[in-house]
Amino acid sequence: MSEFTLPTWIESYRDLVTGKANKAQVSELARKLGLPVLGLLAFLFVWHVAAASIDTSLGKFPGPVDTWAQAQNLYAEHKVEREKADAFDERQRKRIEERLAVDPDYEVKWRDYTGSPTYLDQIYTSLYTVLAGFLLASVFAIPLGIIIGLSSSVYAAINPLIQVLKPVSPLAWLPLVTMVVSAVYTTDDPMFAKSFVNSMITVSLCSLWPTLLNTAVGVTSVSQDLNNVSRVLRLGWLAHIFKIVLPSALPMIFTGLRLSLGIAWMVLIAAEMLAQNPGLGKFVWDEFQNGSSQSLGRIMVAVITIGIIGFLLDRAMLGLQRWLVWDKQAVQR
Amino acid sequence: MKSILELTKVGIVFDTPKGGFEALKDVDLKISDGEFISLIGHSGCGKSTVLNIVAGLLQATTGGAILEGKEVNEPGPERAVVFQNHSLLPWLSAYENVELAVRQVFKGSKTRAEMREWVEHNLNLVHMAHAMDKRPEEISGGMKQRVGIARALAMEPKVLLMDEPFGALDALTRAHLQDSVMEIHAELKNTVIMITHDVDEAVLLSDRIVMMTNGPSATIGEVLDVDLPRPRDRLALADDAGFNRCRQRVLQFLYDKQRKVQPMPAKSGKGQAASGQAVEKADSEALRQA
Repeated sequence: MSEFTLPTWIESYRDLVTGKANKAQVSELARKLGLPVLGLLAFLFVWHVAAASIDTSLGKFPGPVDTWAQAQNLYAEHKVEREKADAFDERQRKRIEERLAVDPDYEVKWRDYTGSPTYLDQIYTSLYTVLAGFLLASVFAIPLGIIIGLSSSVYAAINPLIQVLKPVSPLAWLPLVTMVVSAVYTTDDPMFAKSFVNSMITVSLCSLWPTLLNTAVGVTSVSQDLNNVSRVLRLGWLAHIFKIVLPSALPMIFTGLRLSLGIAWMVLIAAEMLAQNPGLGKFVWDEFQNGSSQSLGRIMVAVITIGIIGFLLDRAMLGLQRWLVWDKQAVQR
Repeated sequence: MKSILELTKVGIVFDTPKGGFEALKDVDLKISDGEFISLIGHSGCGKSTVLNIVAGLLQATTGGAILEGKEVNEPGPERAVVFQNHSLLPWLSAYENVELAVRQVFKGSKTRAEMREWVEHNLNLVHMAHAMDKRPEEISGGMKQRVGIARALAMEPKVLLMDEPFGALDALTRAHLQDSVMEIHAELKNTVIMITHDVDEAVLLSDRIVMMTNGPSATIGEVLDVDLPRPRDRLALADDAGFNRCRQRVLQFLYDKQRKVQPMPAKSGKGQAASGQAVEKADSEALRQA
């Protein structure tokens, strides 16, 4: 009984394993799996050869082997650090229990372990900083884009401003953001670290523009026929926006969001380097300042991590777009 | 029968970069309750402009339209429009497209269950109940237009306006839809204004055919009463003397009296056709601004 059907791409693997694959299936697999693997191997080879011939003041440029060793190193350090933290918590718990047994009135004070952040902690910090910045940008950019797109006069008034602000580098914003944040964000018990706020705002300022522009263009290109439908139905302006304009513009909005997230991730690394937000950017900077024989290998690990995470973020956004947007043709690869 | 809609001395001048362009002039028309009217004329003669003025999507420069004693000056669901290219919201299913209109028109006067029933009733009327959960991209052009008609009918319009509703469809689909429209008109006895290029379609469906002269300053040239008994059957009418007489009259008007000079591509013989394009351009421009 074959009521349960496999996805077609798995089927071709199954046919390959069972030796039933036809020519078309084999060549399809070769294209989809074989060629990328071949490309990767070629790259690793070129990297290996080129790295061996580059000498720096910190020793040889790290090749694939050194980089892999450093990746394992970083993971090992992470595990050691976690064990230390667990051991610290365990000791603390015991001490409190013993103390409570002797003195029931003892007011419990829990102290968190204060080790240095590991590589995985830094990835986590980078991820939530970029997402916070991206969300902040989207919260402003989408409504603003709708307002701009609805009126051709507003669009004409604001467009030059956007065109000038759009290409500004994060490095130019950062000092200004830092000064403004330290002047405005003053509490004794800050919920967020200033370095985090600085990085987040810089990311927002730089990643705002694609979403803003694409939303505005999406809104201006709502079909005239649909606008007429809305007029004949006498939809109120709010209903008009939510029932006609927003769904029409959604494919374009998502295109903008995807571009924005890409920019946000690129900007983040630079922002973290300068703002000293404890994420991947700071990791790279610290390793650079550290200058040990391992540093370049560790930076190389960070470079690869940044690339892979950027790729995964883009894929996640694409998945979200495929899921939410009605116009499947507008979703490119 | 008393007239439900009156057009009096309707004229419209579009502002163009080259100065004012008079597209329509002195259009006078009285339409009775339950009447099926076709507007026919060469492209660019301003048929759509007349329809858009009745719909309220365009404002007449002189004169105006009066519907049941009230002047028309904005669009509204009592003058529902079936657009040429269906204009369904692509992200909604057929049911949801009709539902959007029903909710808007009947909020407060129908309960949710009544609305649901009314949406389904109208989709049944156009024979689309089987595909009501399909999105526009999943159904054929003819089916989309059926849903467009259901949406317009669901607004319970006093006048149903159809802007070349079957223009983009193939001949067979068009014939099916014409039959459906006749069926619906026989059942609901609603007032309809339809724009068409198709002489057979006009004669088959209409009680009166309004023939328009070429622009600029287009106006009504002739009005033909089609007094063929209903229900009409396209096969039986094919060699019916009355049907052919009506057909003959319209063809004569279009190709003899209002003969359109087609410009030769290489020569500079612009003439009327060029001004016709100008109407269409000015028309769409005015709609965009409105």
